[in-house]
Amino acid sequence: MPHDHHDDHPHSLLPSDPELRARALESILVEKGLVDPASLNALIDTYENKIGPRNGAQVVARAWTDPDYKKRLLENGTDTIAELGFQGRQSEHMVAVENTPEQHNMVVCTLCSCYPWAILGIPPAWYKSDAYRSRAVREPRAVLDEFGVKLLPTQKVRVWDSSAEVRYLVIPMRPDGTEGMTEEQLTDLVSRNSMIGTALATPPGDQP
Amino acid sequence: MSRIHDMGGRFGEGTIPDKDDAEVFHHDWHATAMAVTVSSGFLGGWNIDAGRHAREALRPRDYARFSYYERWMAALADLLVERGFLSTDDLIRAGQLADGTATANAPKPLHEKAIRPADVAPSQVKITPYSRDSGPEPLFQIGDRVRTANYSPNTTIHGGHTRLPGYAMGRTGTVVMRHGNHVLPDSNAHFMGEAPEPLYAVEFAAVDLWDGDAEDAGDSMVLDLWQSYLERAAP
Repeated sequence: MPHDHHDDHPHSLLPSDPELRARALESILVEKGLVDPASLNALIDTYENKIGPRNGAQVVARAWTDPDYKKRLLENGTDTIAELGFQGRQSEHMVAVENTPEQHNMVVCTLCSCYPWAILGIPPAWYKSDAYRSRAVREPRAVLDEFGVKLLPTQKVRVWDSSAEVRYLVIPMRPDGTEGMTEEQLTDLVSRNSMIGTALATPPGDQP
Repeated sequence: MSRIHDMGGRFGEGTIPDKDDAEVFHHDWHATAMAVTVSSGFLGGWNIDAGRHAREALRPRDYARFSYYERWMAALADLLVERGFLSTDDLIRAGQLADGTATANAPKPLHEKAIRPADVAPSQVKITPYSRDSGPEPLFQIGDRVRTANYSPNTTIHGGHTRLPGYAMGRTGTVVMRHGNHVLPDSNAHFMGEAPEPLYAVEFAAVDLWDGDAEDAGDSMVLDLWQSYLERAAP
């Protein structure tokens, strides 16, 4: 049989409609005893309700308020983040990188979508988009501008392309006017995007 | 260059979508695609590098037209067949189960390695490091100048998996961190062993990567690169 209209990848035997395709995979895996439907629900619940960017925000707020914690965090990300109980999948080798008036950090994975799941949850769609993956390394300043990030004239940009199993967590600069705030209040100022480097920490009073 | 997924620096992309989006899954099928992929990983038929390679090995035209989770589902189907968990007939039946032209049988007894519901939460906070004590000694120190391979460093498998992006091939940078020895994806993705090697964070000046397109002379890009991707460069 000629092959010009065939694709020899097995996936092409599945329905092409993505919703049907997902149901097809789920149905056959359950029927074959390869997955337990209750486990699928538990996984979805984990990332919808339990593990998300609030974890990372607590790490940042602690670093802002406890200089000794911050020092340890910058020296040994994985163990110091784990002190707050956060560790796990896609976060096995954590490195914290600190934004300063001289240096702005941002993180991308140009080859796929590597992201610290246990610390920030499932990566947002924009992080996984071809546009971000393509542009973040060649024109980070244009990308930051698109996100509305205003850099200081003194700041250089350092882009971390997550090409291995090391995951980078950006520690944004603590906003002015937050001197009297508690660690918990500060946590609300640390958005997901600020820990990827595509936002600054939220000024007090501006948080949603 | 390697494959379609290797898009760092590519021209032609537009605006980045939905930057403030806080929704975890936009459709139920996104959640299903994530969950079937992650659960199937527990069967032990492949490792994380083989999983990535399966997505990269999609036909370029499929990769380009698929949304993110469609890439995941296509790679999962390919892996399940390639690693002997499902047959191509099973995939045809899967479609019939989904569109209602076939009726599901009672599930077979659960595979011994399939993740149990009670084990799901612990499994996601478990640490399974990719660092290894074995492997060669590091050749480079922090501050050393290194040059990356001119072409894919995966010299064992034609078109094989590698984590050296095209935009950083044949470039000179500076070692800024030593991460110890890590599993080498170029080998592990093809089930040829973990072959751990020293892994380094290497910083490249934007001008050394993008020449006249660099936005600012002080900007830089850092990549995590394995020792076999690198050779010593003049200081």
